[in-house]
Amino acid sequence: MHAGPIADSIVRIEGLTKRFGAITAVDGVDLEIQRGELFALLGGSGCGKTTLLRMLAGFEVPDNGRIVIDGQDMTGVPPHLRPVNMMFQSYALFPHMDVATNVGYGLRREGVKAPEIATRVAEALEQVKLANHAARRPAQLSGGQRQRVALARALVKRPKLLLLDEPLAALDRKLREGTRFELVRLQEQLGLTFVMVTHDQEEAMSMATRLAVMNTGRVAQVGTPHEIYERPASRFVADFIGIANILEADGGWLAVRPEKITLSANRLDAANTVAGKILDIAYEGDRSLYRIVTEGKGTLVVSTTNIDRTRPASFARGQGVWLGWSAEAGHRLSE
Amino acid sequence: MNGRARFAFTVLAFGYAFLYLPIVLVIVYSFNESRLVTVWAGFSTKWWQALFANEAMLDAAWLSLRIALVSATTAAVIGLAAGYALARAPFFFGRTLFGSLVIAPMVMPEVVMGISMLLLFVGSEQLLGGPDRGFLTITLAHTTFSIAFVAIVVQARLADFDRSLEEAAMDLGATPWTTFRTITLPLITPAVGSGWLLAFTLSLDDLILTQFVAGAQSQTLPMRVYSSVRLGVDPQINVLATIIVCVAACALILSGWLTRRKV
Repeated sequence: MHAGPIADSIVRIEGLTKRFGAITAVDGVDLEIQRGELFALLGGSGCGKTTLLRMLAGFEVPDNGRIVIDGQDMTGVPPHLRPVNMMFQSYALFPHMDVATNVGYGLRREGVKAPEIATRVAEALEQVKLANHAARRPAQLSGGQRQRVALARALVKRPKLLLLDEPLAALDRKLREGTRFELVRLQEQLGLTFVMVTHDQEEAMSMATRLAVMNTGRVAQVGTPHEIYERPASRFVADFIGIANILEADGGWLAVRPEKITLSANRLDAANTVAGKILDIAYEGDRSLYRIVTEGKGTLVVSTTNIDRTRPASFARGQGVWLGWSAEAGHRLSE
Repeated sequence: MNGRARFAFTVLAFGYAFLYLPIVLVIVYSFNESRLVTVWAGFSTKWWQALFANEAMLDAAWLSLRIALVSATTAAVIGLAAGYALARAPFFFGRTLFGSLVIAPMVMPEVVMGISMLLLFVGSEQLLGGPDRGFLTITLAHTTFSIAFVAIVVQARLADFDRSLEEAAMDLGATPWTTFRTITLPLITPAVGSGWLLAFTLSLDDLILTQFVAGAQSQTLPMRVYSSVRLGVDPQINVLATIIVCVAACALILSGWLTRRKV
């Protein structure tokens, strides 16, 4: 769990619970989100991350607990009165309106005067590099352009909190990577607080300032990407994020990441060493993953960076090898 | 053209001939010179002139048109509300019953509806002294069964409506009513429009129900046509049929265009 109080929190979630019939989608969640951070809710499908986001937006009413946004209790506040805007996974662009009308929709609801709407819409479209597409209909845009219109439509309202539901899931892989940096750049430039829901750990790790890993409606761990990866709180988190070798040590559990283990044909001079035999090799281009059956430590996964271009792997299948890792390589799991 | 294509076109031609040849004959014979419906005696527009001079027929047509316009419009408004409630309202007690009650008039025999409506209007006449049977009672009866058709079309359209559009509008600050007005309604207007056209057409050619609730003085077009056919057919009927086919074709094209239209 996150240690220490947060200096400037914008969202405080206390004991939030939501049930759908017999299923508890969100189960007593406590969270604090800091002003100006990009916070990610990460988890598999059905972990409650989307329900949590929808409760922030006001689309779902919690059964227990409360949400405070910028000092204001949100209990009983309908979606249209919340200082929050959301970017939907499907983008939810209004098909019967052109891009500029879509982006200006929220401002018209606030009663902003027409000339100001025009200026702010133009500004928002400029920010997402769509200034030339103001008169297009959503059906005439590519997936990436639609995503940016949805973003502009939410940003133009200058919300205290921008909620993003799987913002990159509908984009193809190449576009996704570029858009990641683009979103982070916008978030930093505008100084807004983003709360993002994602099932993609790579996305959460690379974009978020801090993230919450969720499992069966509860928060498993909150921390910076570095904390989550290197100091997972539980076996679940260690296993969910990246690859972890979970070893029994002194009556507890130790998580060792594959890249922390050195592989050698000869006996290694390390705090921990064990001999093993290579079971199989997965070549991933930049690195290779070895599954190794060890003597007394079970099957471990070890990765090597492929520095040498001439060979696909440094070791052969079936080869006997030595594994070694330092005393600090492993992280002791609390549960 | 190869053999298979020729075969396909032949089958198609027969199919269309079977469906549309009678209608084409009706249109052609509306320009017949002869007084007999089945004997061709040269081109003439005299039956067209006769029809447009036929006061009784024109009055009946005008009455039918007014009833169709008013009942379709009323049914569109009530059917929209019913369809919206069926598709959107969260569970309420008696929802299933309400759903069945809305569509019941679609499957109920018209004779049953006619009897029940007649009893209702007779009863209200005895108790309240009105309404007089005629335009008002026919319009009410037509509205009653048309609601079901509009409600079904609206409900079907809302069932595959992307809910996140409505949520997005509310998220951007729209009240539930503004959301309905600016997002939901514009997007389901084609469905309401085709429901309206359906109701309009159903009202225009309804005979059975109308006969139960019509007064002695009010004769709608189908009633007029039916009684004149019993007295002996005159090529004016062909002219009338031609006009109705044209109106129906226009309505069909419009309805199709409304449904296909990209919003």
